[in-house]
Amino acid sequence: MSNEIEVDNEFTVYFDAKLENEGFARSMVSAFCLQLNPTVSEISDIKTAVSEAVTNSIIHGYANKKGKIMINVKIKANVIYITIADNGVGIADISQARQPFFTTKAKEERSGMGFTLMESFMDALDVRDNPDGGLIVSMKKIIRA
Amino acid sequence: MEIEFKNFDDCVIAYLKGELDEFTAEHVRLSLDTILEDMKSLGSSKLVLDFKEVNFMDSTGIGVLLARYNKFSKFGVRIEIKNAIGHIDKILKMSGIYEIMPKLAV
Repeated sequence: MSNEIEVDNEFTVYFDAKLENEGFARSMVSAFCLQLNPTVSEISDIKTAVSEAVTNSIIHGYANKKGKIMINVKIKANVIYITIADNGVGIADISQARQPFFTTKAKEERSGMGFTLMESFMDALDVRDNPDGGLIVSMKKIIRA
Repeated sequence: MEIEFKNFDDCVIAYLKGELDEFTAEHVRLSLDTILEDMKSLGSSKLVLDFKEVNFMDSTGIGVLLARYNKFSKFGVRIEIKNAIGHIDKILKMSGIYEIMPKLAV
């Protein structure tokens, strides 16, 4: 969604797919987004969406096994583009996975609401297979001054 | 996430503090399931979850709450939610949690 735009500011990080990195991931992305002076609510939207995508990579993509997660954030004017990618197992049926309350892990107390929250809190959500294996989640958030 | 429990005549209140995500979820599950055992032996029938000091929750929290509802209701213990504001209130509403765990007027 954001490959061809000329950006004002950007960062990319790779980190281990470990649960203890969830807080780090969402705080890092939200700290970078502060330069657009978002509201508290907009920052919470971003934090939640990042947390959902990272949790999905760790729990579903890598099933708690070793792996890396890549986060790229681009800022162009008042729009934030966030890409979160892993090289895990991917998702067999993406449109089914995006349905509210759909989960393959009900016994593990998963709610199946992750993609629903990402979709609700962001202005655009795209979920696709990673050509290198795994999943790529791309999201867009418009900061409305 | 820290949880402090206080016993009252008609209920137990759990004061949750911190972030509820996948990293902290297991601690929350274990703490709440432990208090359920205590409540069963005390004959206590209501648990109030106070979210005042919770500053982050994602869909992992919904999963934790749904599963607690199933566990607690088996033993006749109902759960109510208090002081959830902003984003957490929004997530609880969106996911329908308030339909099974009523929101207490403050």
